[in-house]
Amino acid sequence: MTPVIEVTGLTKTYGSGPNAVHALRGVDLTVWPGEYLAIMGASGSGKSTLLNMLGCLDVPTSGSYKLDGIDVGDFEERQLSLVRNRKIGFVFQSFNLIPRTTALANVELPLVYSGMRRKQRRERAFAALELVGLADRAQHLPNELSGGQQQRVAVARALVTGPAMVLADEPTGNLDSASSAEVLGVFDRLNASGRTIVMITHEDDVAHHASRLIRVVDGRVATTVGATR
Amino acid sequence: MNAVEVLRFALRGLVSNKLRSALTTLGITIGVAAVILLIAVGNGASVAVQQSIAGLGTNVLTVSPQRAFGGGAAAAAVTRQLTVGDAKALVDPQGAPDIRSASPVVTASVTASYGDASHDIAQFTGTYPEYLPTTNNSVASGSAFTQDDQTQARKVLLLGPTAATALFGTVDPVGKAVLVNSIQFTVVGVLNPKGSSGLQDADDTAYAPLSAVQNSLAGYGGLNQIVVQAASADALPAAQAELTAILNARHRIADGGAPDYRVLSQEQLLTTRTQTTQTFTVLLAAVAAISLLVGGIGVTNIMLVTVTERIREIGIRKAVGAPKAAVLGQFLAEATLLSLFGGALGVATGVIGSRFTISGIQPVLVPSSVLLAFGVSALIGLFFGSYPASRAASLRPIEALRHE
Repeated sequence: MTPVIEVTGLTKTYGSGPNAVHALRGVDLTVWPGEYLAIMGASGSGKSTLLNMLGCLDVPTSGSYKLDGIDVGDFEERQLSLVRNRKIGFVFQSFNLIPRTTALANVELPLVYSGMRRKQRRERAFAALELVGLADRAQHLPNELSGGQQQRVAVARALVTGPAMVLADEPTGNLDSASSAEVLGVFDRLNASGRTIVMITHEDDVAHHASRLIRVVDGRVATTVGATR
Repeated sequence: MNAVEVLRFALRGLVSNKLRSALTTLGITIGVAAVILLIAVGNGASVAVQQSIAGLGTNVLTVSPQRAFGGGAAAAAVTRQLTVGDAKALVDPQGAPDIRSASPVVTASVTASYGDASHDIAQFTGTYPEYLPTTNNSVASGSAFTQDDQTQARKVLLLGPTAATALFGTVDPVGKAVLVNSIQFTVVGVLNPKGSSGLQDADDTAYAPLSAVQNSLAGYGGLNQIVVQAASADALPAAQAELTAILNARHRIADGGAPDYRVLSQEQLLTTRTQTTQTFTVLLAAVAAISLLVGGIGVTNIMLVTVTERIREIGIRKAVGAPKAAVLGQFLAEATLLSLFGGALGVATGVIGSRFTISGIQPVLVPSSVLLAFGVSALIGLFFGSYPASRAASLRPIEALRHE
């Protein structure tokens, strides 16, 4: 079986010379299909930087990254945007929905860029909204939705292309406990149906939903808890 | 991702900020409307000048005396005046077949009075009867003076409409006696109006037989002008050559010598005036072009603000897989739509505005200026939108997302 993520010796340095900040100092990580991985770590430990690399939102300084068996290290901007579109679904702490645009249109967005036809797109986006339990809010604007609902729309958007994995950067960080439970419930169901999930979190009880937990300390993976398949 | 979707995103972007879009559009609208309208005004002015000059007759040559400069210090040459003899010599079916008629002209400055009314006539002309048809004058009431009046030196008078109204008001002037510098003339007719040409009121005139004017007002000195009518507009150059030959012979001017008279055709007058109005049009167009440029800078400005304000949105779009081309296309389309819409409104404003008279000039629309202004406005969108759009498109997704 091919790992979804296979990272070796990943480093990221901001700036240069004596002022250089080493956000990642050589991370090795392998994530298998169907895994639910939680990443924990203090602020500034480099966990967000790691997730951004995994999501192809940022490029590493050195090291190799194989996504679904493909080395994306020397991909150009154009190919990277294709990878982001087809292979990765990203969920942000601050939801990042496009304002003044309906929930349905937000979920449709990745499909528009993948070139899908309008009718098919509608159906897929609607199905994704149904999956997160928001089919009745399809025509609502983001500012008409609660935080939990907005985050579930964002999850639907991350899912809609059928990506190899869903990456989530503290998806419950801005939510109250009831909303957190809704969102985590969605992640649980997704994982149960075989979707690979990598999630950053601060909270232990959130991390308990995961099948495996890693801690990032000072730009390195410190401990791993749970089974590696 | 296709063009229609990109266009839809662009439209949504514009609609979501209506006030800003409207104000930017306004800048382009004003620029395009100014270009179209000002060029139409310039063109209208030049058309008006051409029409008024054409009204004077296109197959007419005007000969007027000119001090001869022999060259050198001893140039105080004898100036031979133009005489009635000169004018008569020009009408020669054998030697000058292309000249139809030649009318000697003397002018005088006079004050005419009728009863209590008194009026300074701007142009009081003594001439032959054929002068009137030559210069496109026609009689509205009464009749023109005749060759017989000229031979008998009868003191009869044709009034232009302005002069007639100034002296007689609503009274019919025909048959009435007026005093012209205290000499009595009888009004035989009133002319049709010709309108004003430039500064002069072409209707504040009076015409009388040359013999009568020389007798009583101007004396028997030189003529002010000889107005020569060519057989046709095409015969004008031939007529001018014949005229020059005859006058040179009569005035004993050697070949290549400086003549003591000067010939002006309406054609030359037309050229000069047209050049003047063209300069005027170019000047107006330059002013308009600057306002269009300012409108274009407005588009750049707004697009820069839009891009900065929507950096997060750009980040989101890139994070879900928008390729650079799609982001570039979206923002370019927004800028182009803004300026195209502004351009269309500007064309409408310009076309409607050119239907009204503007400071006495009826604008005449130049179709090419409409196309040019509209085309330029579209290009402005592309050109001035490309910098902000490429800035938006080249952002790395994580940089854009972190932007607050």
